[in-house]
Amino acid sequence: MSGVTLYALTGAALVGTGFFGLIAARHLLRRVLAFNLIGSGLFVYLGAAGARGGEADPVPQALIITGIVVALSASALAVGLIVALARARGRAMLPEEDVGG
Amino acid sequence: MTWALDATLCAMILAVALATVLGRGVFRAIVFFVVYGLLLALAWVRLDAVDVALAEAAIGAGLTGVLFLAAFGRLARSGADAEPPPGRVNIAAALASAALTGALVWAWVALPLPGRPGPELAEALPRAGVENPVTAVLLNFRAWDTLLESVVLLAALVGLWMLARDEAWTEPLGLPQHVRPGGVMASFGRILPPVGVLVGAYVVYVGADRPGGAFQGGTVLAAVGIVAALAGLVRPPRVTRRAWRAALVAGPAVFLAAGLGGAALGAGFLTLPERIAGSAIFAIEIALALSIAVTLAFLVIGPPETGLEDQ
Amino acid sequence: MTDLATHVFTGLGVLFFLAGSVGFLRFPDIFSRLHALTKADNLGLGFIALGVAFQAGSWRQVALLALIWALVLLAAGTVSQLVARHALRERDGR
Repeated sequence: MSGVTLYALTGAALVGTGFFGLIAARHLLRRVLAFNLIGSGLFVYLGAAGARGGEADPVPQALIITGIVVALSASALAVGLIVALARARGRAMLPEEDVGG
Repeated sequence: MTWALDATLCAMILAVALATVLGRGVFRAIVFFVVYGLLLALAWVRLDAVDVALAEAAIGAGLTGVLFLAAFGRLARSGADAEPPPGRVNIAAALASAALTGALVWAWVALPLPGRPGPELAEALPRAGVENPVTAVLLNFRAWDTLLESVVLLAALVGLWMLARDEAWTEPLGLPQHVRPGGVMASFGRILPPVGVLVGAYVVYVGADRPGGAFQGGTVLAAVGIVAALAGLVRPPRVTRRAWRAALVAGPAVFLAAGLGGAALGAGFLTLPERIAGSAIFAIEIALALSIAVTLAFLVIGPPETGLEDQ
Repeated sequence: MTDLATHVFTGLGVLFFLAGSVGFLRFPDIFSRLHALTKADNLGLGFIALGVAFQAGSWRQVALLALIWALVLLAAGTVSQLVARHALRERDGR
C-alpha cells in the first residue's frame, strides 16, 4: 500500500469519526470539534487524491487552504452562538437533548 | 522506513481524533484537537503540500485552539462546561459513520488514476505572474473562489458581531483581560510580537515564489495580535472604529479592483493579463493578508462584551 | 562524520523526550509533571536541533534551527509558568 493511499484511508476514517461525534456527542462545543474533524478528514482525502500522480497537484491544495480558513470562520460563528445559548439558558446543549440534569 | 513513518503518523492522528470525540470532558477534547492539528500539519508535509501544512499549523492548531479554549472559559463562567455522563453507545450513529467511511474507501478504490497535474496548468503557469503554483491557483486561475472566500470571512464576522448585546456594542471587542503587570504573560506579549510580525510579513512576502502567502502569513499576524491582546499589551478596538473597518474590507476591495482592471484591459473580469499579473497579485496579497489578519483576530477575540453579566 | 554526529545527538534528544514523557506519566502532581516536561523536553529538542544542524546546507538553516529552539523555550517556559500559577490558585481555593 502506498503512502498516499494510507493518508486517503486515514482521511476516510477521520470523516467517520467526526460524523459519529457530530451525532452522538451532546455538548455543542464537542459537536463543533467533531464537525471540524469531518472537514479536515475530507481535506486529507482530497489532498491525497491530488498527490496520486506522484507530483502534488496545486489545485486541490489551493482549495484546501481556503477551506481551512472558512472552517475557522464557521467555527468562530458556531462558538459565538453556543456561548450566547449558554448565557441565555445556562447549558450548552440543545433543549430537546438536555436530559442529563 | 518512510512507510513506517507514515503509518505511525496516521495511527497517531486517528488516535487523537478518537480521543477528541470520545475523551472524558470537553476540555480534554479541545486539548486533543490542538494536538490533532499539529499532527495533521506533519501529514501535509508528508503529502508534499507545504503551503497547506503552514495553514494547518497556524489555523488548525493555533487559532482554532485559542478559539475553543476561550469559549470553554466563557461556558465555564456560565456554568455550561459540564457534559452529561455518556449514555448507551449510539449504535445507529456508529453504523452510519462506518458506512460513510466505507463509502469513501470504496470511492478511493474505484477512482480512476488521472495523469496529474493537468497539462493545462503546466502550460499556464509561466503566464501566472508568480512561481509558487498554489499562489497562482489561489490568486489568478481560481481567483473567483478566493475572492468569495474572503467575503465569507467578513460574513462570518458580521454574524458574530450580531450576537453582541446592545449595551456592549460600544465596548472594545472581547472580554477585558486581567494580566499581572510585569508577570510572565506580560513579558511574553512584549517579546513575541516583533518576531511574530517579522515571520508573518516574511511568509506573506515569499508566497509568490515559495510556500507561504496571504492566508498563512495573515494568520501568523492575527496570532500576534491575539497574543498582544491576551497579554494586556493592546486593548482590542471598538466595532465603531472606521480605520479597523477599512482594514477588514481592504483585501476584498483590492481584489475586486484588480478584477475590474483585468476587465478594463480586455482580458475579462478577474482574469489578470500576463504583463500586470505579477504586480497585481503582489498588491492583492498584501491587502488580503491585512484583511485576513484583522478578520481572523476579531473572529477569535469575539464580539464586544462588557464582561459584567458574568460576575 | 556529520551523519554520526546527527545520529548521536538526535538519539540523545529522543532519550530526553522519552524521560520527560515517562516523568509526565508517572509523577504524582501537576508541578513535578511540568518540571519533567519543560526540563527534559526542552533539552531533548535542543539536542535534536543540534543533530539536525549537522545536516544543514548553510549557516542560515543553522540559525533558523537555533531560532526555533529559542522560540519553543520561550513559549514552553511561559506556558508552564501560567499553568503552574493557575494550579496554585486552584489548590489554594483562589
